[in-house]
Amino acid sequence: METLMAFVVGVLYATAIYMILRRSIVKLVIGLVLLSNAANLLLFTSAGMTRGAPPLVPQGATVPAGVVADPLAQALILTAIVIGFGVLAFAVVLIRRAYEVVQADDMNQMKDTDT
Amino acid sequence: MLLAVLSGFLIAALAPALYRLTPRFAAPLLALLPAALFIWFAQLLPQISAGGSLRISHAWIPGLSINLSFLVDGLSLLFALLISGIGTFIILFAGRYLGGHRDLPRLMVLLLCFMAAMLGLVLSDNLISLFVFWELTSITSYLLIGFNHEDAKARAAALQGLFVTVGGGLALMTGLIMLGLIGGSFELSELLDQRDALQAHPLFVPMLLLILAGAFTKSAQFPFHFWLPNAMAAPTPVSAYLHSATMVKAGVYLLARLQPALGDNSLWLTLLGLTGAVTMLLGIYLASRSTGIKQLLAYSTVMALGTLTMLIGLGTDKALAAMIAFLVAHSLYKGALFMIAGVLDYSTGSKDFLTVRGMARRMPITTLTAILAALSLAGVLPLFGFIAKEMMLESVLHAPRLAKVLTVFAFLAATLGVTAALVIGVRPWFGAPLPTQKPFRQAPAALLAGPVVLTLLSLMFGLFPAWPEATLLAAAASASAGHAVTPGMALWHGVNTPLLMSLGALVLGALLFARWASWRRLTQATETLALRVGPERLYVVLMDGLVRFSAWQTRVLQNGYLRYYLITTLMTMTALVWTAAGLNHGSFTFHLTLSDIAPHEFVIAGTLAAAAIAAALTSERLGAVAALGAIGFTVALTYVLFSAPDLGITQVLVETLTVILLVLVLFRLPGFLTLSSRPVRLFDALVGLIVGGTFTVLLLAVTATRYYHSISSYFIEHSVPDGFGRNIVNVILVDFRALDTLGEIAVLALAAIGVFAMIKLRAEDHR
Repeated sequence: METLMAFVVGVLYATAIYMILRRSIVKLVIGLVLLSNAANLLLFTSAGMTRGAPPLVPQGATVPAGVVADPLAQALILTAIVIGFGVLAFAVVLIRRAYEVVQADDMNQMKDTDT
Repeated sequence: MLLAVLSGFLIAALAPALYRLTPRFAAPLLALLPAALFIWFAQLLPQISAGGSLRISHAWIPGLSINLSFLVDGLSLLFALLISGIGTFIILFAGRYLGGHRDLPRLMVLLLCFMAAMLGLVLSDNLISLFVFWELTSITSYLLIGFNHEDAKARAAALQGLFVTVGGGLALMTGLIMLGLIGGSFELSELLDQRDALQAHPLFVPMLLLILAGAFTKSAQFPFHFWLPNAMAAPTPVSAYLHSATMVKAGVYLLARLQPALGDNSLWLTLLGLTGAVTMLLGIYLASRSTGIKQLLAYSTVMALGTLTMLIGLGTDKALAAMIAFLVAHSLYKGALFMIAGVLDYSTGSKDFLTVRGMARRMPITTLTAILAALSLAGVLPLFGFIAKEMMLESVLHAPRLAKVLTVFAFLAATLGVTAALVIGVRPWFGAPLPTQKPFRQAPAALLAGPVVLTLLSLMFGLFPAWPEATLLAAAASASAGHAVTPGMALWHGVNTPLLMSLGALVLGALLFARWASWRRLTQATETLALRVGPERLYVVLMDGLVRFSAWQTRVLQNGYLRYYLITTLMTMTALVWTAAGLNHGSFTFHLTLSDIAPHEFVIAGTLAAAAIAAALTSERLGAVAALGAIGFTVALTYVLFSAPDLGITQVLVETLTVILLVLVLFRLPGFLTLSSRPVRLFDALVGLIVGGTFTVLLLAVTATRYYHSISSYFIEHSVPDGFGRNIVNVILVDFRALDTLGEIAVLALAAIGVFAMIKLRAEDHR
């Protein structure tokens, strides 16, 4: 499954980068969302993908029975999902605000600091 | 020992408070510190002169073998005594010379810090701590040279000194680290025995060159000599301390210290011998035609530094003994002469030979001191300078290589040295008195104490050289040679070649002095030449070029277009990844199996890829948001299928919120625009494909290769016993890595505040 996911992650990165390189500011937001999904899946895949063995300890035992999925990667991704959402919310409002001030949604018109 | 080195920093912190309490007695009180240090170091003398050495080590960063370890042997003790001894007089002198100056407390703080750094430098046994102190001296001297910070010239001189010495310092750091790695130890005391192993190493030459770059810049060797005379923009006490007795000798100290390990090979001999000889002659030549007192002294310091470097380069027992003698003689007379320049300035308001004449009647003590010190500079009987000069000539005559060239250089330097000495020993004092620029005032005892004591020492050491030799100088020469050396200093060696050379130099030098004005006219051309093509011109060109280069670079890189920043960053990263992969070619495999995939998993992967492409290609905002939603929920499904239920739940929640957010905010913005032309879009697609492809390859390699064991097993085993939780992911988040989660919450809170603020701001704008 990792082989297949590697290609999916590649596609996600390619589209995300294509989108954040656009001059239209709205497309930049779409690119950001794609990028954060790509990064999460990258982490998830690189830790190895395990089917049907969540990192849970059954009642009465002190360690899980058998091999379980890597909990550390999951903890990292959990954090990343939430932070990614925070960043997105901030970016979206920032862009909205910038658009109001500059009255343009072309990134090339936002290259100066004094507007 | 630690206290002895660091006390300077501690007392420096108290200096401003002391000045607030008793501005009158602050300087004498502060001078007690170097005096006490001098006495403390002096009581180590018997032990060291008996041939012993003292090593004290405090662990600092033991993991990197960086320790605060100190080594007291003849060489370091000699320097420590010079630093603390001359420092005592300098503090006294500065307190009086700049009495009432608004920033005097700052000067005291810096002087004391500098002294402490210098002591640390000469006493350090550890290469890294030596380097730290080395840079501290560069920084404090920068602040000291730029003490009159309202003067643009002083600022420029300070910056120049800093650039040259710190630039060399960078090279030195690399060299010292190489030395430590090659020798397998960062302790000098362990490295000095490994001469053969060090010199046989293939990296010996680059290492040597790097260390020499550091030492040469610090000790103002040609072609880096230009910063030292410019540093005379500092107040006189600073010049007297830094640029005569201490800081500029740091490079010489390092060379003398490393001589047993790195010396005695043809590269060392040629480089040090020739550089030193050229610096020596150039320095004294420039000194002989200077009209500013401080400038003359600065250039003659360059001469002394060149001489010392040359002698270390020769590396024979005789040369090293001469080096130690010359070092002491120079510190004594140069410290005295600099302070005399300060006295002259204090009394008459002038520091130029052309405007001060005939002061002998009004300043008899100063005149006598100046004459004696100048005689020591000229190398005349019976001062210690004479002994040093005889020893220098003797060892140059018997140099293992280049003896003839070096002898010519040394003789010429001695001749011009006599001229320079006569200029300072005669011009200001005799002849018809000129009116002083300021009303004349008699210098107080605090100003005269330093020069008088130092000059008396010059005289005493000259008359009874056996005493300093037995107490310390023999031990210092031995430390620098790496084996026991008997210098055999004596005032009278009978009539021999060095004596005849001295006499010749004396006569010729006196003749030149008699024709001083013509000599200066005759040599005017060299000054114009140096201004046009000299090393200082090179420095100016280099600095201008640097400024212009950074302006150009800023224009190109900081262009303001997000696109270009991203493309530059991404392409650099990709290039680095592929370079690294190319260098480690064959050390990794790729994970390439498709047989383990169930049919529904193909569907999931296909959906993800198709939705991503759709999001990128659609021309409708709604379509893009819908595609994003599809991606988000499919990713959540992936998490659930592959044993990450927590991730699945979170992803579903966040995805829902994201879609709501996008719909709420994004649709108040204008629709999708196609702003870029087709070629640009194709180019961007290519960038995307390259980076995406890189990630695919990386991921294929990463999943197939595992260099280290995962640390997850720790969390899996300890979740229940230590964290009392059965959901291991949750235990990691709230227990093992709880601080990270706290950070995450803080970030979210910040983002929320930002969002709120921006929305509120808008509301206020509309009002």
